[in-house]
Amino acid sequence: MSLTEMTSVDIVKERVKTGDTLMVGGFGLVGSPLTLIEALIEHDVYQLTVISNNVGETGKGLGKLLQQGKLKKAIGSYFTSNREVAGWYNAGKLELELLPQGTLSEAIRAGGAGIGGFYTKTAAGTDLAVGKESKFIDGEEYVLEKALKADVALIRAEKADAKGNLVYYKTARNFNPNMASAASYVIAEVDEIVPDGELSPEEIATPHIYVDAVVKSRYTLTKEGVVERE
Amino acid sequence: MSSKEIIASRAAEALTPYSIINLGIGIPTLVANYLDKEKYYLHTENGMLGVTSVDEEDIDPLIVNAGKQPVGEGVGASYFDSASSFAMIRGGHVDAAILGALQVDEEGHVANWSVPGKDIIGVGGAMDLLVGAKKIIITTNHTAKDGSSKLVPQCEYPVTSNRIVDMVITEHAVFQWSEEKYELIEVMSGSSISEIEEKTAFSFKVHPSLLQKEG
Repeated sequence: MSLTEMTSVDIVKERVKTGDTLMVGGFGLVGSPLTLIEALIEHDVYQLTVISNNVGETGKGLGKLLQQGKLKKAIGSYFTSNREVAGWYNAGKLELELLPQGTLSEAIRAGGAGIGGFYTKTAAGTDLAVGKESKFIDGEEYVLEKALKADVALIRAEKADAKGNLVYYKTARNFNPNMASAASYVIAEVDEIVPDGELSPEEIATPHIYVDAVVKSRYTLTKEGVVERE
Repeated sequence: MSSKEIIASRAAEALTPYSIINLGIGIPTLVANYLDKEKYYLHTENGMLGVTSVDEEDIDPLIVNAGKQPVGEGVGASYFDSASSFAMIRGGHVDAAILGALQVDEEGHVANWSVPGKDIIGVGGAMDLLVGAKKIIITTNHTAKDGSSKLVPQCEYPVTSNRIVDMVITEHAVFQWSEEKYELIEVMSGSSISEIEEKTAFSFKVHPSLLQKEG
């Protein structure tokens, strides 16, 4: 979509449906779309598959959705940061797909780039390659990994212009630009919306081609933790 | 110095100036304290090249390393997305990775991501670094908390890669992979070959120069 909607957090309720697969940006709480996740917490949707590096922290961010019983499956690289994940998994109430972080990020990139899958050396010969097809290329073993796509991506950027071009801030970038490319509908939470022309074309990391809706953030991560903007 | 600091400072000596380094969580993170920040470029897999330490008052909560600890931004630093960051790692652009270990075995394999039966279900970037970094240095205590050797004939924990680890540094010893076996190349201050033999469960060679020294 070329016309990006400047809208309210209600877009989450309009767009996210029971059974959807979601991508959620962030590395821990850094670069996490805290405001959009809060809207999901207040929205009655279930059986969600979430693709995100972590399932938030215990009771925080995506961890809250887990406590609400809204998640069917989590695909990520590091669930250890939320100790409750193992309990839900062991009780058979949550499916997990653990991927090396580079495989996770590349699968998202591939999903957004029209690539069906790729061969990677990562995890070859380990427990995480069990059941996956492998192939020797030039004498080295590679594992076939499928691309990942989602119905909706919830991402965070620092600034958007009126067209929906995005720039990021420091290590809050992480998975966000990759996820922006790999979902049918992309909602970006930003700290600031600026008029067209204010962002240098050279600094735009996610061109508006990928972005469907922009929402102003209400929650931000500070030195003192997550705070609500006044 | 604590044993962790001794290990970290020795690992710092193993690095080549002006190279790109990725530091894992735990002892590897301490290695940064022994590096001249003008001469080493630290990469972190969450998307930054040019990591430095940061003073408490300068902390920015949105600049963190892979361990989610606050870090600083060096002169000439850059930021990139996760897929690009791992392309750098898998693509062989990182010169050395320093990582922790649960166990290292006689065949040169490391286990450092999973303990069966424990609620640890995370791998992060460990497997990518193992296959991608040009050199792998393991920094670890020689023995586990129960006194058992972490240097074992064969890993009991799930291995992280089939890749052979180039170097293993503990508070007692420095081992280097040398034709199908680890070779003890250095005895750390206060230790001895006999103590290392006692605390090491895998078989290893001893560099001839060390035998002369002790003999």
